[in-house]
Amino acid sequence: MAETIKGRTAVVGIGQTAFGKGLPDTELSLACQAISAALDDAGIAPSEVDGLASFNMEADREVDVARSVGLGDITFFAQVGYGGGAGCGVVGTAAMAVATGQCEVAVAWRARKRADKASRPWAQVSQRITGHWQWTRPFGILRPVDEVAMLTRRHMHEYGTTRDHLANVALAFRKHANRNPLATMGHKTLTRDEYMNARWISEPLCLYDNCLETDGALAVVITSAERARDCRQPPAYVHAFAQGLPRQHQTMTNYFTDDPLRGPAWAAARRLWANADVGPQDVKVAQLYDAFSPLIILSLEGYGFCGRGEGGPFTDGGNIEWPDGRLPVNTSGGGMSEAYVHGFNLVLEGVRQIRGTSPCQVDGADVSLVTSGEGVPTSAIVFTKDA
Amino acid sequence: MTVSGLLLPDVDDPTAAGFWAGCARGELLVQACGACGAWRMPPRPMCPHCRSVEVRWDRTSGRGRIWSFIVPHPPLLPAYAELAPYNAIVVELEEDPAIRYAGNLVTGPEGAIDEIDPATIRIGEPVRVVFATVGDVVLPRWVRADG
Ligand SMILES: [Zn+2]
Repeated sequence: MAETIKGRTAVVGIGQTAFGKGLPDTELSLACQAISAALDDAGIAPSEVDGLASFNMEADREVDVARSVGLGDITFFAQVGYGGGAGCGVVGTAAMAVATGQCEVAVAWRARKRADKASRPWAQVSQRITGHWQWTRPFGILRPVDEVAMLTRRHMHEYGTTRDHLANVALAFRKHANRNPLATMGHKTLTRDEYMNARWISEPLCLYDNCLETDGALAVVITSAERARDCRQPPAYVHAFAQGLPRQHQTMTNYFTDDPLRGPAWAAARRLWANADVGPQDVKVAQLYDAFSPLIILSLEGYGFCGRGEGGPFTDGGNIEWPDGRLPVNTSGGGMSEAYVHGFNLVLEGVRQIRGTSPCQVDGADVSLVTSGEGVPTSAIVFTKDA
Repeated sequence: MTVSGLLLPDVDDPTAAGFWAGCARGELLVQACGACGAWRMPPRPMCPHCRSVEVRWDRTSGRGRIWSFIVPHPPLLPAYAELAPYNAIVVELEEDPAIRYAGNLVTGPEGAIDEIDPATIRIGEPVRVVFATVGDVVLPRWVRADG
């Protein structure tokens, strides 16, 4: 196999703004504040930054960010598509750029004022539908939650997945958030009764199967393994990185293939584990993209933590809960209970687990998995404590 | 022109116009490769089997089974919030279950998408296509095959 980027780069800085609704600052200002905080965390001057990676849905352009924060001459910049599928993709792209000498210090970020209704993509659809949306939207399958609910119902039918399994996910993440003072739901508990009695959003999914709507920004700083050893914080090495766009896939409305429940996670996992020295059995803690609770079940299957169709039962018995579960998942509360910033908060929590600074710190977390949006072309990263 | 805020397809979309023209004639079509004959849904400009760009439109049986369904509730765009809760379904075609269409289960061509009790809908139910005129567009909808 060709030489990979294994252990050649590390996340050395993380930064974020407060999470909220209706934050007064602009998205650009939030982005700059998060990047600035990440650079301070790393102990790296803005003028040393020469690489940038961002979501192609990011409204803030590299030029505006770079001249605000005072970055140096940028020699690498790239964007990754597919919304929530891009999070690990931008970090991995930055890592590849550092590993191949295209830049020395790269920043990846996501800023969003999602709580602003006008920012929700599904609320902005034009009223004549073209492209692949014309096969679903004219029939009232309008929102991401509707699109995922359709696959969820099928998963329930094929494998016996239940609302109790989905509740396991929602409750686990809320428990984790309750230990995280920065989480939007840090002080709000959630019971199984509350889950079961919540209003429907798109049956079979209820309110608590959905992520939050959040304003906020987060950023990471990536540099070479050599440089990382001299930075302020313990490095979180980028051990393996992969993207996944499976054959015949249709983003979000993947109803048209031979096997719609074999989602992007399966494609990403194949490359991820092939390029890694570790496998799912070695992962101590995982941050799995959770715009909706069923995506956790699909991701547990796709990344190989359980067999096909066993994602629901995998969540039973506190198995994804800190501290005693086999695989604590979304240990800062995730998109459903910490903040929904297109999954970028999951990247930072994956790094905190390696550093030993999570609000739900897993003992001996030397292998930490982060994944991005399931149901869209996706990406995933394995961070390790050792290079 | 839209009908009270409903999201209707652009029936002139060059890749898909053949499908919508079929609906207007009361036929549920599927795009087929003009060279090897393989069916594909949704339509696309090249055959993933033989890479031909030749396209033809085959008529289907218009019969299938419910593959999955949802029942959306607000918050929704206003025109849909008025109808909610309503059903949306995905149907797998009788002659090729890998060919699927999204739609709605109704009692007849003029039926509303909120008229069937969602608690009665089952995956696997046999259905057949009907066609509903909505504004200047004809949409496929589905009725129970044994109803
Ligand atoms: Zn062909």
